[in-house]
Amino acid sequence: MEILMSVIIGFLFMAAVYLILSRSLIRVVIGTGLLSHGAHLLILTMGGFSGSAPPVLADGVTDFVDPLPQALILTAIVISFGVTAVFLVMAYRAYQELETDNMTLLKGNDEHD
Amino acid sequence: MISVLLLFAPVAAALLVPLLARRLRGIHTGWFVLAVPVLLFVYYLGFLPQVKDGGVHIGELSWIPSYGISLTSYIDGLSLLFSLLITGIGSLVVLYSIFYLDKTKERLGNFYVYLLMFMTAMLGVVQSDNMIALYGFWELTSISSFLLIGYWYTRDRSRFGALKSMMITVFGGLMMLGGFILLYIMGGTFSVRELISMAPELAEHSLFIWALVLVLLGAFTKSAQFPFYIWLPDAMEAPTPVSAYLHSATMVKAGLYLVARFTPIFAASEIWVWLVTSIGVLTLFWGSFFAVKQTDLKGILAFSTVSQLGLIMSLLGAAAAAFHVEGATETMFKYAGFAAIFHLVNHAAFKGSLFMVAGIIDHETGTRDIRKLGGLMALMPVTFTLALIGSLSMAGLPPFGGFLSKEMFLTGMLSLGELDLFTPASWGTVLLVAAWIASVFTFIYSFYFVFRTFTGKHKPDHLPKAAHEAPPGMLVSPAVLGLIVVAIFFIPNMIGDWIVKPAVVAVQPFMYGSPADVDVHVAAWHGHVTPELMMTIGIVIAGLVLYWLLPKWQGLYRAFPEHLTLNKLYDSSMVLAEGGMNRLSRSYMNGLIRSYLIYMFAGIVIIVLGSMIVKDAFAISFEGTAPIGPVEIGLLAVLVASVVTTLIARKRLTAILALGAAGYVVALLFVIFKAPDLALTQLVIETVSVALYLLAFYHLPKMSRHDEKRKFRVGNAIIAAGVGLMMALLAMSAASQKALPSISQFYKDTVYSEAGGGNIVNVILVDYRGFDTLFEIAVLSIAAIGILGMIKLRLTRKGDQHEKQ
Repeated sequence: MEILMSVIIGFLFMAAVYLILSRSLIRVVIGTGLLSHGAHLLILTMGGFSGSAPPVLADGVTDFVDPLPQALILTAIVISFGVTAVFLVMAYRAYQELETDNMTLLKGNDEHD
Repeated sequence: MISVLLLFAPVAAALLVPLLARRLRGIHTGWFVLAVPVLLFVYYLGFLPQVKDGGVHIGELSWIPSYGISLTSYIDGLSLLFSLLITGIGSLVVLYSIFYLDKTKERLGNFYVYLLMFMTAMLGVVQSDNMIALYGFWELTSISSFLLIGYWYTRDRSRFGALKSMMITVFGGLMMLGGFILLYIMGGTFSVRELISMAPELAEHSLFIWALVLVLLGAFTKSAQFPFYIWLPDAMEAPTPVSAYLHSATMVKAGLYLVARFTPIFAASEIWVWLVTSIGVLTLFWGSFFAVKQTDLKGILAFSTVSQLGLIMSLLGAAAAAFHVEGATETMFKYAGFAAIFHLVNHAAFKGSLFMVAGIIDHETGTRDIRKLGGLMALMPVTFTLALIGSLSMAGLPPFGGFLSKEMFLTGMLSLGELDLFTPASWGTVLLVAAWIASVFTFIYSFYFVFRTFTGKHKPDHLPKAAHEAPPGMLVSPAVLGLIVVAIFFIPNMIGDWIVKPAVVAVQPFMYGSPADVDVHVAAWHGHVTPELMMTIGIVIAGLVLYWLLPKWQGLYRAFPEHLTLNKLYDSSMVLAEGGMNRLSRSYMNGLIRSYLIYMFAGIVIIVLGSMIVKDAFAISFEGTAPIGPVEIGLLAVLVASVVTTLIARKRLTAILALGAAGYVVALLFVIFKAPDLALTQLVIETVSVALYLLAFYHLPKMSRHDEKRKFRVGNAIIAAGVGLMMALLAMSAASQKALPSISQFYKDTVYSEAGGGNIVNVILVDYRGFDTLFEIAVLSIAAIGILGMIKLRLTRKGDQHEKQ
C-alpha cells in the first residue's frame, strides 16, 4: 500500500507543479490546492499504515494507528486552508485591479528594476 | 606607548581642523596644521643617535589581545628613515600647500583632514610590527589617497582617477592581507620581528610561495609596478601638493617599504629575488620609455616616478640576491641594499621638489602642457634653478645626489650580471642592459622636462596667465629639497652613516649585525676609472644625442596603438565586468514567476535526486507494507481521474468541481486509513473551500491557456514529471527504510493517565503539542484579517481612472 501511495503522491505533485507553472492565475491556485493534498497524504503515508484501530481509546484495543502524523496533518489542513483562501482572494483582487490573469503580464516593468 | 599614541597625533589634530577652518577664516588653516608634522619630525630626529648604533625602539599598545593583535611602534633604521621622510616632506608639503591652495576658493578643511589622516596612516604602515595593524593602516592610506585624488570632486577626471587608484590599490591590499594570514598560519604570530626570526622554517612550508606572491602583489600595486602602474598617471588629477607628497615621496614607497621589510623573510626564495628584480627592471624601463611620450608636466613626473620606483625595486631584489651569495659582504653585492635605500632618500627629495616646481609652473602660467610652455628661464629664474637641480639629479649627473645613487645602482646591476646561481646566467646581463637603456631614457626625459619648459621660445599667447616668478613662500619647500639634493652629493657618507646604514641592517639582517658592519663608503670619484663611470659616460653621450634628435624619433610613440595599452585593458575589463554582470543577472532575472519556479523546482530535483544517487539511497521494499484492498484501488482511481480532469479542464467550473472531488477522495482515504478527525476536518474544509471558489466564481477569470504553446507545455511537463518522480522515489525510499521506531507509543500509553483524554489526536493537538494549535489559530486569524483587508481597503493607484467600489 505504501508503495502505491508513493506513486499516487508523486502523481499529485506532478499535476500540481504542472498547474503552478501555467500562465493562468486560477490554474496556479488550483495547483496549490493539489499540492497540499499531496503533502498531507505524504505525511500520512510516511507514518505508516500499521495498526488496526483509530487512535481513540476503547476497551480492549491496543493496536492503534500512529496518532502523531494525524495531528500534524490536522494542523497542516487548517493552515493550507487559510493560505488557499488568501490566495483565492488575492487572485480575485489582482484580476479585478489589473484586468488580467496572465502570469506573463503580471511581471514588474522596467521602471522597477 | 607614547610613540604608539603619537602615530595618531595627526588624526587627532585633524579633529580640530574643521573647527579652526570655520572659526579663524582670516588665517590659512595650513599654518595650524604645519605644527603637527614639524613637531613629529623633531620627535623622530631624537631617535637618530639611538638607531645609528643599531638600537631599536619598541612601543606597544594592546588592541585585541585574544587574537594577538596590537598596535605597535617599532622604530629601527628602516622605519625611522620612512618616518623622517613622511614628517619631513609632510612639513614641506603643508608649507607649500599654504601658498598653493587659495584660502577663500578651496575647502581647506577637507584637504587638511585628509592629509593628516594620510599622515597617520603612513606612519602606522612603516612603524607597525603587527601585520594586522599594518594592513589596517595600509588600507587607510588607500582611502585617504582616494579622498585626496578626488579632492576636486566636481571634475570627472578626478573621480575617475580616484576610483581607479582605489580599485587597484585595494585589490593589492586584499591580496596582501591574504599573504599576511598565510604567514600567520605558518608562523603562528602576527609580529614581523618574530616571523623574521623563524624565517628558515617558514621557507620550508608549502604555503610559503603563496604568501610570497600575495605580499608581492600588495607591494607591486601600491608602488605602481608593472602592470599595476596605470593608476599613478591618473592620480595626477590630485592637487599638486598631494602628488608631491603621496605619489612621489611617501605612499608609493609603501610598497618598497613592504618589500624591504619582508626581504629577511622571503629572500631565501629565488622566486622572490627574480620577481622583484625583473619586475623592477621592467617597470624601470617601461616607465622611462613612456615618460618621453607625455606632454603634461605631471604626466612626465608620474611616469618618471614609476620608473624610479622600479629602479629601487630592482635594487631591493639584488639586495635579496645577496642572501644567496657566499660572503656577500666582501663582494659588490653589498652595494645593492645600500643603493636602494640611498636612492629612496634621493628620489623623495628630488621628486618632491620637481612636483612642486610643476605645481608652481601650473600656478603661475595656468597650464602644465609642455607644448604651450617654453622660454620661462628668464621669467622664473628661481624655479628654473630648482627644476634644473631636480632634473639633473634625476638624470644622474654630478654634482647632485642622483649621480651617486646611479653609480651604485649600476654597481648593483653589475653584481646581478655576475649572479649565476639560478637559471640562465645571461639573464643577469639582460637586466643590466635593460637598466642601462632605461637610464638613457631617464636622462632624456629629465632633459625634456626641464629644457622644453624653461628654454626655447616663450609663447605668451598660448598661456592662460602672464608668467611670472612665484611668491617666495611657494619656493621655500622646493628650495629646501633642492638643497638636500645638493647636500647629499657633498656629504653622502654622513647621510649614509646616520640614516642609510641602519636601514640597510633592517633589510639585510642576514649580512649585518649592526650598522657599523655595513662597509660601504660612497665617493663621487673613486680615484680610478670604474666600469660604472664608463657606463654613466655612455648614458650621457647616448642621452644627449637622442635628446638632440628627439623631434626626429618622437613620432615613434605614435606607432604604439592606443587600444593595446594597459589603460585600455583596464577600462575595457571594467566595462566588461559591469556590463557582463548586468547582462548575466538580466538573463536569468527576467521578472517571470514561472522562470523562478522552474529554477527552484529544477534545483530541488537535481539536488535531491543527485544526493540520492551519490548516497545510493534508493530503496523499495514490500516487506511489512499494508495490503492493498479493492476499496483503496477504487478510491485511488477516482482520485487520479479527478486530478486528470483538473489538468485538462477547459471551464473554471469543471476544474473547481474536480478539485473538490479530489478533496473528498482524500477525506475518504482518511476514513479508510483510520483517521476520523482528519476525515471530518477534510470534509468540512473541502466543502468550505469549494464554496469559496464558487463564491468567487463570477469574479474569477475564465480558464484560459493564454496561448500556451505546445513547446511551453512540454517544458512544464518535463519539470513537473521530474518533481513527481522525485517525490515518488523519495516517498518509496523513506517508507522502505525506517531507522527508528515512532515515538507515538508514549502518547498511546499516557494519553489517559497523563492527560485524561481518550482521543489521542485531539489530546496531542491541545495538550502535548498545544503550541502548534495556538499558532495555527493565529494563522487563521491573520488569513481572515488579510482577506478582509484585501477586500475592504481600496487605496486607488495614482491616476487610476477606473475606481471600483
